[in-house]
Amino acid sequence: MSEDGRPYALEVRDLVKHFRVGGTIAGGGSLVYAVDGVSFELRRGELLGLVGESGSGKSTVANCVMRLLEPTAGEILLNGVDITHLTRRQMRPLRRELHMVFQDPYSSLNPRMSCGAIVGEPLRLHRIANRADLDRRVDQIFDRVGLRTELRYRYPHELSGGQRQRVGLARALIVEPSVLVADEPVSALDVSVQASILNLLRDLQDDMGFSCLFITHDLATVEFLCDRVAVMHLGKLVEVAPRAALFREPQHPYTQALLSAAVVPDPEAQRSRRRVLLEGDIPSPLDPPSGCRFRTRCPLERQSAPASTEEDPPLTEFAPQHFVACHLVARGRPAPRLVEPSSVAVR
Amino acid sequence: MAAPLLEVTDLSVRFDTDDGPVHAVDRLSFTLAPGEVLGIVGESGCGKSVTCMSLVRLLPETAAISGRAVFDGTDLLALSQRRLRQVRGRQISFVFQEPMTSLNPVFKVGRQIGEVLTKHLGLTRGEARERTIELLRLVRIPAPERRLDEYPHQLSGGMRQRVMIAMALACDPKVLIADEPTTALDVTIQASVLDLLRDVRERLGTAIVLITHNLGVVADIADRVLVMYAGRKAEEAPVADLYTAPQHPYTIGLLGAIPRPQDGEDTARRLREIPGRVPSLRELPAMCAFADRCPRADELSRSQVPELRVVRPEHLVACFHPGPE
Repeated sequence: MSEDGRPYALEVRDLVKHFRVGGTIAGGGSLVYAVDGVSFELRRGELLGLVGESGSGKSTVANCVMRLLEPTAGEILLNGVDITHLTRRQMRPLRRELHMVFQDPYSSLNPRMSCGAIVGEPLRLHRIANRADLDRRVDQIFDRVGLRTELRYRYPHELSGGQRQRVGLARALIVEPSVLVADEPVSALDVSVQASILNLLRDLQDDMGFSCLFITHDLATVEFLCDRVAVMHLGKLVEVAPRAALFREPQHPYTQALLSAAVVPDPEAQRSRRRVLLEGDIPSPLDPPSGCRFRTRCPLERQSAPASTEEDPPLTEFAPQHFVACHLVARGRPAPRLVEPSSVAVR
Repeated sequence: MAAPLLEVTDLSVRFDTDDGPVHAVDRLSFTLAPGEVLGIVGESGCGKSVTCMSLVRLLPETAAISGRAVFDGTDLLALSQRRLRQVRGRQISFVFQEPMTSLNPVFKVGRQIGEVLTKHLGLTRGEARERTIELLRLVRIPAPERRLDEYPHQLSGGMRQRVMIAMALACDPKVLIADEPTTALDVTIQASVLDLLRDVRERLGTAIVLITHNLGVVADIADRVLVMYAGRKAEEAPVADLYTAPQHPYTIGLLGAIPRPQDGEDTARRLREIPGRVPSLRELPAMCAFADRCPRADELSRSQVPELRVVRPEHLVACFHPGPE
């Protein structure tokens, strides 16, 4: 429950998703710990960025939230209603409140349907509009996402990547959901097209006021778009903070490394930055390290041992609204700086 | 500037498809100095990859290539296939975007790198193994003796890209062409691959052509940048100049389209959009290819192809109305 007494738009509590790989129907094989105890809330009208590298489990979170995957454990609350164990039939009316935009605008639109039919389908399925009304609303949403209305009669393959992503947005927003889950919606697009989709998303959010869980690996996009940021690493959240705090004072060594590694389009600034080099690769989610999952790559491992190998640090409130999961961070005690603040400030 | 290592003049590439010709590259000229890192930037379909593939003729038969590409005194485009094989992989080598699809999944890594050495340099298998270990060490792969006997699927994405780079460096090439080498990688891995490329240039003096759509990557490592649009060169400049004083409206648009750190502070700020879309390459327009999307376009832009002109030292722009905003 949020401060004002109204439920959060979306609340995820201790979400766990393990996949079994190998083995047979009878059992055996091993587990992929894709998501391992993730909790966060999406406030009303908020854009929350969920950031992480490949394999961090961010898309699995999205798919569990959408009920496209069955969570192994945990709860998902949509506007205060627990949707974790609802059947497909029970979910159906609630789907109006929860929509998704996918990464690949090429494979997420049915090639045999015209764009108008694709966008109008949620209205039809939810039996919200009669025929005339449906036409009008499809026209309206096309206009709103910046598509010429004559594109209604075109098929997805006739559209450019950017236009297709607009169709995807129109389809998700036509029933005016309260929660939009966007999984890397601009990653497959060219830079100039990305810009227009990001601007559009910002405008639509201003207009319609939906809450958005925005999943991406791109920090610059998050900083442009999101109010709050949650950083994910190997199935766990390592840091959650308001945008300004996260980018100005990143605490978790992983967040610090991630920010220092992102490239900026400014040669002078870029070349004067110091990077935190992480040793080795992301450990396999099949066999995550004991204790803190970042410890095998952590430049501060010496300082946090032996606690790091024994205990998995929980998310603790380091400053108001700023949560960090690191043994070296406590309330009011910041993590050691891995790079000079001056070079972080460039970001 | 030293004498160029590679001098490309009026390179054009046309693909003859069932639906008619596609003009992928149109009269492109550029040079590459020894030890230089040249960034080629552009959005998908601008011809940046085709340009580099055409230099060592890795394109399918349907490609009609014209122009000259003089490397070390010989025109690559006029070489016989046999002579070309001595250049390809030995003098000029490639690193591709997706290391998983460019490595052969059924052979061990050591054998794949070793093949380059035995084929090009005539090393014995024993010698090749020795050298392969050295190469893996050069690209900072830990425990190279063990990695040698692993298959590509046993390596992580970053490791695979290092193997690709090791393979490309096997014959100590003069030019390394890296086509989106970090696009498929995570940022922390990208950072270390960029460091590796920088190291290669400094230690071995290899000239690098870096093809990318990421202006941040170019800012990090390139000395000079070439911006391509619809198969033509829009702008070329030393890296610092391009970012501080971009002249072509397309370059200005691209730079404005990237979200930057300070944007977050001002919630009203918008990213710059480039209206319209890339023109079809079915015909060569007798006008500026960017005119339809350009705020500065006028009669002149729509009636003639702008020639490249020098606006500042070493800074070339193909625009009738160049200049900062």
